[in-house]
Amino acid sequence: MKKAKLVLEEGSIFTGELFGAEKESAGEIVFNTSMTGYQEILTDPSYKGEIVCMTYPLIGNYGINEDDFESFKSHVNGFIVKEFAEEPENWRLKKKLERYLKENGITAISGIDTRALTKILRQEGTMRGIITTENSNDKELIEKAKKAPGLSGRDLVSQVSRKEVEKYGAGNKYRVVLVDCGAKDNIKNSLLARNCEVIMVPASTSVKKILDYSPDGVMVSNGPGDPEDADYVAETIAELLGEVPIFGICLGHQLLGRACGAETYKLKFGHRGANHPVKDLSTNRVYITSQNHGFAIKEESLAELDLELTHINVNDKTVEGFRHQKYPAFSVQYHPEASPGPEDSHYLFDQFVELMR
Amino acid sequence: MPKREDINKVMVIGSGPIIIGQAAEFDYSGSQACRALKEEGLEVVLVNSNPATIMTDENMADRVYIEPLTVDSIIEILKKENPDGLIPTLGGQIALNLAIDLAETNILEDLNVELLGTPIETIEKAEDRNTFKELMNEIGEPILDSKIAKNIEQAAEIAADIGYPVIVRPAYTMGGTGGGVADNLEELKEITARGFKHSLIGQVLIEKSIKGWKEIEYEVMRDKNDNCIVVCNMENFDPVGVHTGDSIVIAPSQTLTDKEYQMFRSSALKIIRALGIEGGCNVQYALDPESFQYYIIEVNPRVSRSSALASKATGYPIAKVSARIALGYSLDEIDNAITGKTTACFEPALDYVVFKIPRWPFDKFHYADRDLGTQMKATGEVMAIERNLEASMLKAVRSLEIGRYGFYLEEFRKLSDQEIKDFLYEADDNRLFVIAEALRRGFTVEEVHQITEISTFFLYKMKNIIDLENSLAASKDELNKNQELLLKAKEKGFSDSEIALLTEKTEEEIKNLRDQLQLKPVFKMVDTCAAEFEAETPYYYSSYEKVNEAQPTDKKKVMVIGSGPIRIGQGIEFDYCSVHSAWTLNEEGYESIIVNNNPETVSTDFDTSDRLYFEPLTKEDIMHIIENEKPEGVICQFGGQTAVNLAEPLAEAGVEILGTSVDSIDLAEDRDRFIGLLNELDIPAPQGEVAASLQEAEKIAAEIGYPVLVRPSYVLGGRAMEVVYEKKELEEYMQNAVKVSPDRPVLVDKYLTGTEIEIDAISDGETVIVPGIMEHVERAGVHSGDSIAVYPPHRLSEELKEKAVEYTEKISRALNVKGVVNIQYVVSDGEIYVIEVNPRSSRTIPYLSKVTGVPMVDLATKALLGRKLKDLGWESGMVPEKEHVAVKVPVFSFSKLTQVDTNLGPEMKSTGEVLGLAETYEKALYKGLIGAGLEIPREGTILATIADKDKAEAIDYIKDFAELGFQIAATEGTAAALKKKGLKVDIVKKLGEGSPDSLELISDDQIDLVINTLTKGKVPERDGFKIRRSAVEMGIPCLTSLDTTQAMLKVLKEIEHGERIEYKALQDYQK
Repeated sequence: MKKAKLVLEEGSIFTGELFGAEKESAGEIVFNTSMTGYQEILTDPSYKGEIVCMTYPLIGNYGINEDDFESFKSHVNGFIVKEFAEEPENWRLKKKLERYLKENGITAISGIDTRALTKILRQEGTMRGIITTENSNDKELIEKAKKAPGLSGRDLVSQVSRKEVEKYGAGNKYRVVLVDCGAKDNIKNSLLARNCEVIMVPASTSVKKILDYSPDGVMVSNGPGDPEDADYVAETIAELLGEVPIFGICLGHQLLGRACGAETYKLKFGHRGANHPVKDLSTNRVYITSQNHGFAIKEESLAELDLELTHINVNDKTVEGFRHQKYPAFSVQYHPEASPGPEDSHYLFDQFVELMR
Repeated sequence: MPKREDINKVMVIGSGPIIIGQAAEFDYSGSQACRALKEEGLEVVLVNSNPATIMTDENMADRVYIEPLTVDSIIEILKKENPDGLIPTLGGQIALNLAIDLAETNILEDLNVELLGTPIETIEKAEDRNTFKELMNEIGEPILDSKIAKNIEQAAEIAADIGYPVIVRPAYTMGGTGGGVADNLEELKEITARGFKHSLIGQVLIEKSIKGWKEIEYEVMRDKNDNCIVVCNMENFDPVGVHTGDSIVIAPSQTLTDKEYQMFRSSALKIIRALGIEGGCNVQYALDPESFQYYIIEVNPRVSRSSALASKATGYPIAKVSARIALGYSLDEIDNAITGKTTACFEPALDYVVFKIPRWPFDKFHYADRDLGTQMKATGEVMAIERNLEASMLKAVRSLEIGRYGFYLEEFRKLSDQEIKDFLYEADDNRLFVIAEALRRGFTVEEVHQITEISTFFLYKMKNIIDLENSLAASKDELNKNQELLLKAKEKGFSDSEIALLTEKTEEEIKNLRDQLQLKPVFKMVDTCAAEFEAETPYYYSSYEKVNEAQPTDKKKVMVIGSGPIRIGQGIEFDYCSVHSAWTLNEEGYESIIVNNNPETVSTDFDTSDRLYFEPLTKEDIMHIIENEKPEGVICQFGGQTAVNLAEPLAEAGVEILGTSVDSIDLAEDRDRFIGLLNELDIPAPQGEVAASLQEAEKIAAEIGYPVLVRPSYVLGGRAMEVVYEKKELEEYMQNAVKVSPDRPVLVDKYLTGTEIEIDAISDGETVIVPGIMEHVERAGVHSGDSIAVYPPHRLSEELKEKAVEYTEKISRALNVKGVVNIQYVVSDGEIYVIEVNPRSSRTIPYLSKVTGVPMVDLATKALLGRKLKDLGWESGMVPEKEHVAVKVPVFSFSKLTQVDTNLGPEMKSTGEVLGLAETYEKALYKGLIGAGLEIPREGTILATIADKDKAEAIDYIKDFAELGFQIAATEGTAAALKKKGLKVDIVKKLGEGSPDSLELISDDQIDLVINTLTKGKVPERDGFKIRRSAVEMGIPCLTSLDTTQAMLKVLKEIEHGERIEYKALQDYQK
C-alpha cells in the first residue's frame, strides 16, 4: 500500500497508508466520536470542506450498503482512520469501504494514531491540513497545509444545495418546504413518515417562491460551513417568520438565530458524534443526541431577542435549541433525524407537525 | 431531582459466596455502591456471607454483617438496624431473589423500609416469565415464544405460523432427549413423532430456532426523571446458544450498522422505560444475521456480570451511578468521575476494542464435560484492551494463564483434519485454538463459518493472525532485516515468546532485536469519551501506537501485581489483598500502580490505585509497564500464584522484588532445599522422597508405609495430588495420572491422618506476628481450600498451639520473610508436622483479618517496604485469641459441572466460601453451613454408603442421627454393620441389582441427606460417583467426609436444644 502523510497546519505530521482515491486532499480536520455510522457521516453534506477523523479505530467493519446514504454522494474532503476493514461482514453489505471511497474520489489515510490526532485537535482546536503522498520536505508540506481552505469566507452551502426543486409525498396531509442547505435524506424521510409532502428547494430560493407553494411549514436543513456565509438564507427566514411555522436543524438552527438577530461563533473543536447530552429546559429531561457542528449560537446574544433558550448541552452548556416567543418557529443545534446516532429526539418532528396543525 | 433528604440509613445486600455464574463482579459493584453511599453521608449497613470480599471490610460500611443470606437473617438484621431503605439490585441474583421473598412477607411495610432504586414491581415483572411476556407484547418488543403441540397436525400448524426452522422440545423429559431442529415439514414430522414418544405427557414445545443468530448485549441506565442512556453494547463472538457468561465477548459491537445499533438502542430504552428500571439493566438480544429481525433473550433488572465488564470496558462506573440513582439523583446531577468535567448523563465513546474470554475450570476437572451450552461453566474471565481486534484477542489469550501465549499449539497440530472438523462442531473451551488450527491448515473462513456460524468478520481477524504466523515462520532467518514484519506482529498483539516460537529463536533474542529497533508499546488512556474531553483518571492499556499518554510522575512508586482471572484455587481473596496493599502504599506516601486483567474486580476499578494498567500478567507485558513507570519495586506476594510465579523472571530482569526474596521463595518451593531447612531448624515434616520412576515410588512407599500422598513435583497448588492406600493404586496413579519420568518426578510422602492446622503470619524478618491459628474440620488429605476451617482452634492443646507458633516464627525468620507467609501443619499422634510453606498471601487472609481485627495486608505491605513491625507497635508471637468463633465453609459449584465427582480430596474443587461468626463453635458452624446453602434437614431419611475403612467411625454418627429421629437407609454392607449395632435400617439395593436402588430413591426425592465415603479412584463409572452426582443434581446435601458429618451432627443437636441464633455486626465483635 502507498505511504501517505497527514500534515497539520500546526506542524504535526502523521505517516500512514493511502486507501481511498489517489489524490491530495486539503481541508479543515475534524474528529467524530461515533462508533457506528461512517456511511451516514461520509454522505452527510454538512461535512463539505472537512477532513473527518474517526476516533473509533476499526472503520468499515460492515461495509457500505444501498440504504444508509444520507445524500447521493460523499461530501467529505478526506477521511482518516486507524484501520479499515478489508473483510467486512453484514447482510446488507454491497461493497467495501475502500472501493466506495475510490469510486467517490475521496482521499483516505489509515494507520494513523487517531487518538493522538484527536488530542491535538481538542487542545489546539480544529485546523487545516492535507493528506498527501507527495514526498517533498516537511516544511513545504506544512506550508501547504496552512494554505488549505478553511470553512469560513466561502459559500459551501451553494456547493451542496440542490439546484432543482424536488417533490416527495404528493397528496400527504401537510406541505413542508424544505430549504436544502445540504440536507440529510433522513430529514426528508422523517417528514414523509409524518404524513408530510416535502418540497425540497435550493437554499437560494426566494421568499416569494417558497410562499407560492402555500406551505404549512418551512424546514431549514443542516449544511456545511460558517453560517455567516449563508446569511442570504437567514434573510429569507427573517421574512418567513410569522408567515409559516419554521423548524431549523443544525445550520438551519444557526440561520434561524441569525435571522432573529443572534450571533454565531466558531467552537474550538465542535461537536461531532452520537453521544452528546442535551437538556430540554422545560422538562429537565436529558436526551442523547447526534451532533455535527463546528459553529454555535452565542448565548449572550439571545438576551435582548424574542428567542427563548429551550435546550442546552449538558457538557459545555452551549446553546442547543430555542423557540421564538412570538412566532411559531423553533430550532435545534443537533440532529433529531439521527442517522447516525440516537433516535431519542424524533419527537421534535412531531412538535413541528403539531405547529402546522 | 436532588438527593432525597428522608433517607439516612441504607442497607445493601451482597451476593454471598463465589459460585459459577456469580463471581467477583458483585464485590466490585457492592464496594462501589457502599463507597458512593458513604460519600453521600449515609449510614450504610451491609449484609454478605462472603468474607473474602472487600465490601465486607469494616471500613466499607458502618455496620458489616457477615451473616447468611437468608430471609430469616435479613429480617432479623432489618429489625435490629431499622434502615430507611434497602438496595437489592447490586448483589446479583441472590440479593434480587431475597428482595422478592422479603416483599412477600410484608416485613418491609411493617418496618417502614423502602426498597430503593428499581421498584419491586419492576423486578417481578422482569423476573416472571409470564408478566414479562405480556409486557413485551404490549410494547411490541419481540420475545421468543414456545407453543405446545399435542399432535403432528398441531405441530405443523404452529411451525407454519412462526416459520422454519423451528426447535422441537418434548415436554417433560429428562435431559431434553428427543428434540431437534426442523428446517421443513418433513423433518418436523419426523422429530415431533420422536418427541411425542419421549415426552412423559405426550406434548412437544415448538419455538422459532435462532441457532446461529448473532448475540448482542446492551447495558443501559435509567433514572427517576426518565433519562436513559446506553453505557455500552457488546457483540458475542459465539452465536446464540452459548451462555453469555461462557461467551467470548467483544465491545463495542463490530458488525452492526448504525441502523442496527440504534434499533437495539431504542428497543433497550423502550424496555427499561416500560419496566420502570431505576439504575442499571442488561438486555440481551438475538439478531438474525440476514435481516433486521431480532428477539429479546433476557433482561436483567440489576447490575450484572455484563455490567462489570461494561464498566471496565468503558470506564463508566455503573454500580456507583446506580447507587446514586437509588438515592434520588438524576443522571445529569452525577459527575463523570473519569473526566471530572462532564456528567454521568452521556454515552461512552470507545476508541479501542475490548475482548473478553471466560476462564474455565477444566484444568482442575479432567472428567468434566467441556462442551459449552446454556449452562455456564466458567469461574472467571479476562479482558484485554487494544487498538485493534487481533491484538486485543491475543492479549486476552495471554491473560488467561493457561500456558498459551498465542494460537500456535503443538497439541492441536497433532490432530487429523477430520478431528479438527469434529471439534469445530462443538463449542468448548478450546474454541479459539481449534479455529486457529483449522485456518492454519487451510480451511477457508467460509468453511469455518459454515460449521461454527461465527461471523466471518471475526474469523478473518483470526486469519490475519495465522497469516502473520506464517510470514514470521517464513522469514525466520532474516527477521532482523524485516523490521516491518516484526512491527506488524507486535501491533497485532504477538508476544515475544510467540514470535520466538514461530521463528525458532529464544524470547530473549526477540526482545534484544526489539530493543535494537526500539520497538516498544506506548500506553493509551481509557477515558469514556475517545479523547474528546481531558480526562483525569489514569487508566491505561498498551498498544504499539505512536504517542504515549502514560507520562510517569516524579513521585516514588510501587507496583502491585494482581491475580488475574478468578479460577479454582485463586479467587477473590487475592484481589482483596492486592487492593489493600495498594491502599497502604498510598498511606505510606507511595504512588500505587496496579496491573491486572480481571474486569470483575475491585482492583481494576479506576479509583482503587493511583494508576491502573489493564494488561496480561506475563513477564513481557509487565516489563513494558516497568520500563515506562520505573517503580522502586514490585510486590508479588498478594496476587496469588500468578504474581509469585512472576517474581523470579522479573528479578532476573533486574526488577526489585519487594518483600520475601526470590531465593526464599525457591527455598520454600524446592522440596530438597526445604527439607534441608526443616532439618536444620529441627522441625518435623512427613517422611517422604522424590521418585523418578514407578519402581522408586514403590520402594519409598514400602519404606514409609501406606497410605501415601503422591503429587507431581512440577505443579503447584494440589493439582493431581492424591492419597494412595495400596500398591495397585500407586501403580495406576504413576502410570495413568501423572506419567512419571526422570524430568517429571513425583513426590511420595507419608500420609498422616490427623488434624490440619493453618497459620498466616506477618513478618519483617525479625518480628513475626501470628494473628491466629485456623483448624480444619476435615482431616489432612482434603485440600485446605475445601476444608471447613475454624478460628480459634477448638481441638488443639495450648502446648501444640505454642509449638505451632514457635515453628512459624522459626521458619519465617529462617526464610527472612518480609510480608506474609502461610504455613500448613498436620497434627498427628501429638506431634506437629509442617506440610507446606507458601511465602505469599493465602486465601485465608481476608477472613482472618476480619475476625482477628489484625490488618494483615496493611502490616505486611509496611513490612515489605522496610518498616519494622516493632516500630509499628507489634511484637512477635500469637495475638490473643478472640472470644468469638469463626467458621469458614467452602462452597462448591458442582451442579453446574456435570461429570465432576463431588468427593473431597487433595485437589481443590470449591469456588468460594462463606463465614459463620458466633459466640460458640456450634452456632458459628450452623451459620456457616446455612450460609453455604447447605440445607440441613431436621428430619427424614439418611442414605448411608460407607467404605469399609470408615465403617467403625461412621456407625457412631449414624446412630446419633437415628436418635435425633432420622430414618436410615443403607447399602448392604453398611446396613449389616449398622444392624449389628442394633439400628433399624432399610436395605437399599446396589445399582443394577434390582429396584429400588439408591439412585432411584434419590431421584424420587425420598432421601434428605446422603453420607457417602469414597472407596477409591474417581472414575465416573463407579456407584459412589453416581450417587454423589445424583444427590448434587437433586439438591440433596451429600457428605463425603466423616468430619463434616460429625460437625453437622453437632449443629443438629444444637438446634434440637432450641438455641436462638443471633446476628451481630463485625463492629460489635471488635468492641
